[in-house]
Amino acid sequence: MHTAAGVEACLPIRSDMDLVWVRQHVRQAAARLGFGLVEQTKLVTAASELARNTLVHGGGGQMEATHLSSGGAQGLRLAFTDEGPGIADLDQALSDGYTSGDGLGMGLSGARRLVHDFDIESTPGDGTTVRVTCWVAQPPRPREEA
Amino acid sequence: MSDAYSRPVPGHVPVLRLGDVLLVTLQGDLHDSTAQQLQQDLAETISRTGVHGVLIDISGVEIVDSFLGRVLAEIAAQAKLLAARTVVAGMRPAVAITLAELGLTLPGLTTALSTEAGMELLSQQTPAYRPRGPRQESP
Repeated sequence: MHTAAGVEACLPIRSDMDLVWVRQHVRQAAARLGFGLVEQTKLVTAASELARNTLVHGGGGQMEATHLSSGGAQGLRLAFTDEGPGIADLDQALSDGYTSGDGLGMGLSGARRLVHDFDIESTPGDGTTVRVTCWVAQPPRPREEA
Repeated sequence: MSDAYSRPVPGHVPVLRLGDVLLVTLQGDLHDSTAQQLQQDLAETISRTGVHGVLIDISGVEIVDSFLGRVLAEIAAQAKLLAARTVVAGMRPAVAITLAELGLTLPGLTTALSTEAGMELLSQQTPAYRPRGPRQESP
């Protein structure tokens, strides 16, 4: 079990300028926790994809960043929440090449590959929450008991 | 809440002409609207000046997500329709690693490790790709 060391920040996602804030915030938070350059780049890229989904498909929302600590390992969890139309078919939305907009269809499936943990909840008509977690330098850790 | 910040103004990326090549240097964190504006500016400038090459230096770019990747691919595609070749130069290693993992390998893009190598590529008379000429005898 890992403990949440506290919600670091909650950022609104309402415009493409907010996407810039999200990227800058995630980069700074990841650098502070000791993420290497490649890990930082992956996490910021994933955050950018997910924040854009929140903006474009969810009609705007927010990102909550939480610092996690688990047996000495440091992690960063990002939760993207919108109250948009939701995703009717998650399997389809998560498959490579599927796009409902004008992207390359790599947003959701690509972001999933860039992080260690990926979790999505969506209720049609109610909105979508995507949570991703990255750990610094991926120390071996026991699988969590269900 | 974000209204409390002084919002950054979307920038305008300058397009420089160096002989037969348009040179664009991307720096830092680009707004989506800035990238889209650049895409339009480049198409208009190629058409107006008749240059044969576009060199985009992304060595100062910290992340390329699928949006910026798509813009770069579309710039190359539209330049080709306007009889110009595009080279994207100076991609950071961490960006290349991330793009490959993201599944965005951008097969239509010609790349170079530095602006110098990119200029050299564009100054060559022959296309960067081996022309499909008459069949050559194998040695």
